[in-house]
This record gives sequence, C-alpha cells and structure tokens, in this order.
Amino acid sequence: MYVAVKGGEAAIDNAHRWLADLRRGDRDLAPLQTQQVSEQLTLATSRVMAEGAIYDRELAALAIKQARGDLIEAIFLLRAYRTTLPRFGTSKPIDTGAMNCLRRISATFKDVPGGQVLGPTFDYTHRLLDFALAADGEVPAALQAKLQSQATSSTGRKPRISDFLDDEGLLQPEPTGDATPPDLTREPVSFPAGRALRLQALTRSDEGFLLGLAYSTQRGYARNHPFVGELRIGVVAVEMEIPELGFSIEIAEIEVSECETVNQFQGSKTEPAQFTRGYGLVFGQAERKAISMALCDRALRWEELGEDNLGAPAQNEEFVIMHGDNIQATGFVEHIKLPHYVDFQSEAELVRRLRRMHAEDATPSQGDTA
Amino acid sequence: MSTLVREHYNFAYLDEHTKRMIRRALLKGVAIPGYQVPFASREMPMPYGWGTGGVQVSAACMVPDDRVKVIDQGADDTTNAISIRKFFERTAGVALTERTAEATLIQTRHRIPEHPLSEGQILVYQVPIPEPLRFLEPRETETRKMHALSEYGLMHVKLYEDISQHGEIATSYAYPAEVNGRHVFDPSPIPKFDNPKLDNAPALQLFGAGREQRIYAVPPYTRVRSLDFEDYPFVAARAEHQCALCGALHTYLDEVIIDDEGGRMFVCSDTDYCNERQQANQETGNDAG
Repeated sequence: MYVAVKGGEAAIDNAHRWLADLRRGDRDLAPLQTQQVSEQLTLATSRVMAEGAIYDRELAALAIKQARGDLIEAIFLLRAYRTTLPRFGTSKPIDTGAMNCLRRISATFKDVPGGQVLGPTFDYTHRLLDFALAADGEVPAALQAKLQSQATSSTGRKPRISDFLDDEGLLQPEPTGDATPPDLTREPVSFPAGRALRLQALTRSDEGFLLGLAYSTQRGYARNHPFVGELRIGVVAVEMEIPELGFSIEIAEIEVSECETVNQFQGSKTEPAQFTRGYGLVFGQAERKAISMALCDRALRWEELGEDNLGAPAQNEEFVIMHGDNIQATGFVEHIKLPHYVDFQSEAELVRRLRRMHAEDATPSQGDTA
Repeated sequence: MSTLVREHYNFAYLDEHTKRMIRRALLKGVAIPGYQVPFASREMPMPYGWGTGGVQVSAACMVPDDRVKVIDQGADDTTNAISIRKFFERTAGVALTERTAEATLIQTRHRIPEHPLSEGQILVYQVPIPEPLRFLEPRETETRKMHALSEYGLMHVKLYEDISQHGEIATSYAYPAEVNGRHVFDPSPIPKFDNPKLDNAPALQLFGAGREQRIYAVPPYTRVRSLDFEDYPFVAARAEHQCALCGALHTYLDEVIIDDEGGRMFVCSDTDYCNERQQANQETGNDAG
C-alpha cells in the first residue's frame, strides 16, 4: 500500500523519455530544423535571446526546439548555459545613432531627417488569418530582393529625435560618465540599485511583466504622459577594446530595438518645465518590450526627478527588479508542486489541535444555556 | 554520460572562481551566525526554488572523497532529492549514501535527520525565503535595518497576536529562532519539531537561498533558541501517533491516505532512520514498538 514515494528514479527516467517522444511528434512529418526556427520564428528567437540575456540565434533556436516551444523554458536553458561562460571583457557602448535601421519611427514629429521608415511591422496588418500560409504560399523572391535593397538605401546615420529636443533645451540632458556598469549576474543586487542596474534588470525582465506594469502607468498608477520620441530597430556594431592592440575592433553585429520616450515634467521652483526621458533597449526585434521598458524606466525615475511617490507598483524599484525575472518567478511559483507533505502535516496537526480547542471551549457554554 | 559531463564542466559543476566567492560568503556566515550574507548566486541548470542555493553551497563545500546524502521531506527517494543526488553523481562523481551516519555532507529540504549528527558532518539546507521578517515587512531595505538594530519587536508582536487569536503560537514550520543571542533567523521550512536539533549541534549547518542570493550559517555548538514567551514556552509538536512501520513514538511522521474511505497511516518521514529501526526490530525479533 505504502508505495507513493517509492520508484521516483524510474519515474524521472520515464518522464524524460516520454517528453523526448512527444517533442518529436508525428514521425510522418519532417523534424523541425533549428534554422527553420531562427529564420521563420524570428521574433520568438529574439525574445529568448533578450530574456536569456545572450545574443546567439542558433542557441536560442535550439533552446526553443528543445523546450517544445515553451519560451520561458527556452530562456531558462539559455540562462543556465550563459552562466557557465567566462567573462573576458566589456564591449564599448554600442552607438545606436549609427544603427543600420530596418525600422525607425517617431510619434512626436511628422517628418524627421532620415525619414520615417515603417519597416517590417505588424502594425497595419489586418489581423485576418492568412489561409494561404497554411497552404505554403511563398512570398515571390523578387519582392524580397526589392524590399531589402530599399532598406539598404535608407541606411546611413539617422540623427536621434532626442538630439533635436536637446539642442533646444526642451529635454533634460542625461548624465554621462565612464563608470564601469554593475553586473547583476556577478554581484548580489542591493537597494537602492540605481538606474544602470535597473535598466540591466529591465532588459532581461519578462516581456509580459513589463507590458503589464507599463500599461498600469498609462491607466493612472504613476501616470507620466509618454510620447514615443523615437523607436528604431536595426543592426549595430559591437566594438571591444583589445588591451594588447591598444585600439578597439568590431567583434559582432547585433540587432536591437531601442525606444526613447519623451515625458512631461512639470518643473519645480528651481527648474522650468522640461521633457524627460524613458529608455528601452532590447536584443532583436522586440518593440513591445522596448516601449514597455521605457515606460517602466521613466516611472522608476520618480525620486531622481523630484516627483511624488504614489505608491504605484511601477515606481517601486525593489518590487519591479525582484519580480521581473521570469526564470526566478517561474521557479518559485512552480516549486509549490514539489512535495511539501512535511510542512503540510505540521499545519494539519496545528489546525486539528486548534479546532479541538475551539470545540472544547464551545461545549461548556452550550451546557450553560441548556 | 557522467564522464562526458565531467569533461565539460568543473568538479561539482561550478567554476573555481564561483566556489571561492561562495566560500567567502560561507566564512562570513560562520563568523556571524544567523546573519544573511548576500552572494552572487548563479543560474543553475535546475529551477530557482528547487534547491539552487543548497546545491551551490554543497558544490562549494564538496571534495572528491565526500559521501553525499540528499533528502527531501526526510526521504532519500523523493523525486527532487533523486534529481539533485544524480546531479552531484554526474558532475562530481562523489560517493553517495542514504545513511545519515555515513554521510560527510547532507543536503536537505524541509527536515533535519532523526539520527543525531556528528562533528565533521555538514548539513546544507535549501532555503526558499531566508528572511524571517519577510512576511511582516516585504521590503528588503527595511528588514536589513531591522536586523542591524536587533529590532525584532514586530516578530514578537506576531507571535503574541497568534496567542491572542488562537491560544497558541500558530507557526508550525519555518519557526523563527535566535542564534548565538543575536540574529533572528529562518531555519528554512523544517517542522518546528526539528528546531531543538538546531541547538548546540556538533555538525556545521549551512543555509543557501539561491533565488534570494543569501547564505547563512549556524556553526557547530552554537546556541539556537526558538522564539517563545515565558508563559507560552516553545513546544516541538508532532502527530500523536506511532510509526506504522518501525513503531517509533519519538519521530516526525508523514500522514498517508491509504484507502478510498480516507483511512490513514502514519510513518516516519525520515526513511533512512525508519529502515534502520525496522532492521534492528527484525534482528532482535521485536514487533513494531
């Protein structure tokens, strides 16, 4: 009878075999190639790279395949791999002003130098299921080539919208500095964390968590009147200074999404009204997250900008940083499915004892009234 | 597979720099018993909340000739205990044991073994929430101040409110204790039945919270006092039953539902201790009891 806790080892092995079997699915269909994942599920791959905090499309695609499409599981696989890699240096800050843009839009100006470039966006698609895709409809090759050549012709340095506002003094300047940024994967987080560490945590945070928080600020929980000053997506060079060489060399090109919001600031006794910024930067094509990140960044700056703490979740640095990581969150939320019968037993005994005491207290009073 | 893993990863998975960082935190923890030392917890190849803190502490302490025991809920054969034991088998190739007395390093979740521990043994606890004040004050910035000032009034008020509402302290596991007359700490979610075993123990007790990035320690022969009041002294509670397998009346018991009518049986939660007693009973020809 008493078999419930026995045989765990065989059960684990069987579970892993079953999982692998289901991952493969119908054997009459061709197996999914990881290149198909990275090429055709590009945005899923981007999300896994961003939250897995490692820029590697091939590994992200492998993780998605291995995780049967569960993106948080795939992110977890990348994180666990990433943590074993040695750190051999820090790149120079990427120059997003020199980005080779696929997409670049501003919501604050009708036209801007460098132009509004819509790029490959879902924005104005009608969300109607495209049954031609189910029937393997191919995009004509010539169109692909034409679009790509157009995109290439729109490259070249595009001035940032914020620089125009800066020149006029309308936008609060950002502090500059050469301090080595902290690394939240190498030092335990302590509070107050500061903006550099906050941005680092936000860019790894769960997209859904940031989206919800950003939405809450728009609906009045620390509202801060955002405009998308600029959203750009494209490829930037990563440069690293090599001490032995004495100069920096380009080591990679990465695709990033960057969002700068322009937010109202009432001004104070000492300062006239001015616009302020929220900033979002995410690996890959991930504009929903970049916008959400910028709103959260701006909400978290309340103290530095002399605003009131309204007690909104999005203003609470500790709350946002400690709960935004989906690998930490999923592990702890899901751990309650592990055995807890020792604790439950102690609680059950306590509740039984309290109920007995309650019943004993109640009995004599019934006798009195009788 | 194990050979392949050990070729690609360092002994016990963690690289030596990480182990050094963890050992420094451990030394600080031993020097200030019960103080939660922040450490740069790594992402482990198992989920947060499933023992990543304990695994990192064990890996940082482990040497090739260790004999390792892993228990969850007191048992060696619960799924997560098996999974963690396999992890050390694959990554460190150390000897494994289920015998408490034979183990040099024991990683545990939710229990302290019934068999008394001895000098030289290390007991590593998996800790979900290291902060005993967390459910009274969610802000880490505040709780750190409270520890620094030994400001534990809030905890005593909580225990007092329990008594006024329920007639007794309604905390049955993760029962707060004061270590070395200074820090109040969370002994991890062990049943309060186990709290007396923390006190003046000959073994080194180490606590690892991976997700929360904290390590703390109770060095050997250190005073650990479970919080209570003079008129409501601490009581180590257990189910008022006898183990159906070995007859023990002094061990912590699991309750098992055995039929569709809701029939129950109670058995030792510590499977190794129970087996030991059953064998001894057979040898002496005694019945259970």
